[in-house]
Amino acid sequence: MNRRVVITGMGVVAPNGVGLENFHSALKKGKSGIRFFPELEKLKFSCQIGGKPEISEDLLNNYFTPLQLRGLNSSGIVYGVIAGTDAWKDAGLKIEENNTPDWDSGIIFGTGILGVDKFREAIHLIDEGKTRRLGSTSVIQTMASGISAYLGGILGCGNQVTTNSSACTTGTEALLMGYERIMAGKAERMLVGSCSDHGPYVWGGFDAMRILPNKYNQDPEKASRPMSESASGFVPGSGAGALVLEDLDSARRRGANIYAEVLGGEVNSGGQRGGGSMTAANSEAVVRCIKMALKNSNVNPEEIDAINGHLTATTRDSVEIENWTRALGRKNRDFPYINSLKGMTGHCLSASGSIECVASVLQIKNEFLFENINCKDTHMEILKFISEESIPKSKLDKEVNILTKSSFGFGDVNAVVLFKKYNA
Amino acid sequence: MSEKEIISRLKNIVKPYVQRNEGLENFNEETDFLRDLEINSANLVDVVLDVEDEFDIEIDNDSMEGMLTVKDAKSIIQKKMAV
Repeated sequence: MNRRVVITGMGVVAPNGVGLENFHSALKKGKSGIRFFPELEKLKFSCQIGGKPEISEDLLNNYFTPLQLRGLNSSGIVYGVIAGTDAWKDAGLKIEENNTPDWDSGIIFGTGILGVDKFREAIHLIDEGKTRRLGSTSVIQTMASGISAYLGGILGCGNQVTTNSSACTTGTEALLMGYERIMAGKAERMLVGSCSDHGPYVWGGFDAMRILPNKYNQDPEKASRPMSESASGFVPGSGAGALVLEDLDSARRRGANIYAEVLGGEVNSGGQRGGGSMTAANSEAVVRCIKMALKNSNVNPEEIDAINGHLTATTRDSVEIENWTRALGRKNRDFPYINSLKGMTGHCLSASGSIECVASVLQIKNEFLFENINCKDTHMEILKFISEESIPKSKLDKEVNILTKSSFGFGDVNAVVLFKKYNA
Repeated sequence: MSEKEIISRLKNIVKPYVQRNEGLENFNEETDFLRDLEINSANLVDVVLDVEDEFDIEIDNDSMEGMLTVKDAKSIIQKKMAV
């Protein structure tokens, strides 16, 4: 039996828009979510800006019970629960208070590190000899799988409920893992996504590596500049993205709204060999990952209309572009359109893959390509491989049939997925 | 502090953890935290911490283990407050 997998619901908590509609409109406007944080200045960070979704108390009360809110100090859980619950409801699925879980629905919801602020709270208490004061909330908010556990309980899922972790590929990898589970016939639908905590304890390590921009503290919205000559590092972000993947037959039976189809994809690793390292991608592995993703999806390179790249605004952007041209055998004017969400949101780390998958699918469904904000001065190295026309400098109204999305992460890991417009 | 005052404060403390509201409506000395109020057993440690803060006392592990009903809690609180 040849199954097909479609996307029937989405939710997103991004620095430039909380909730699918707000995010959609932010994409169309090219709205930046990067802000200055006095806290980072006080802590003597070089990069004192970042991307942090704005969540009101009222909004929190819609997703968490008063008991769950007591001592809740894990931003990743807040973002993930909002995005995941939204996606579930957006798919037209109910949250039922019955005694039997939904055996056919599962969750793969990744993160890089969870509940950092909660963990800090615990560390202080423990060091003061007050371990007993931790209460019952420390473990569930800091275990990596806390996010899938929270969502699993809220939604009542009875299939596989787990958390994956692969640095900045996490969200895209989660999507492909959920896709494979449905294709294998082991689940009817999978809520997939990822989240990332915000704040100095997550971002500090990157600041110390001096890979974040330090010249834009007075001009935060200009700081994240993927593919630009003046790019000077990635702006750290946070948030969550979530998608409900569903077997096509199941979606049809329910009469569900279908956003797009997942054609397939590939995950691999460069083994930290051949130019790859803990922090840099082995180009051969990237090229191979893209080629295999196309092969697994039965798509020819010339069928690709658009690429949503990883493109973080570091010196590696031009290498990524070169890898795409090699993998697709297309360059200069023949190259597809390409954009990077990170110009608006910064690099949302473990949440980036899922937030960017949501952005990719919104573009297909609503027939547009968002602007590469801050890419006014395309990097000369990039223009050796592709033409300016491939890099939208303003929103482009355009039918997109097949879009491919890539994510790369520390540890030399790669993930590439292909989405297609769904025609009923 | 009067017994009535202690019990009324206890009722306020457990309120957010209660999963069975009838239990809260009939809140009295015989009320059992797990059976009548259906408080998740993992949350009992949180109830104890809240009690410590409210009455400015410290409840050791042995005392906590004996704290199954409102009556148990009341006498532990009285005993600790007298120290």
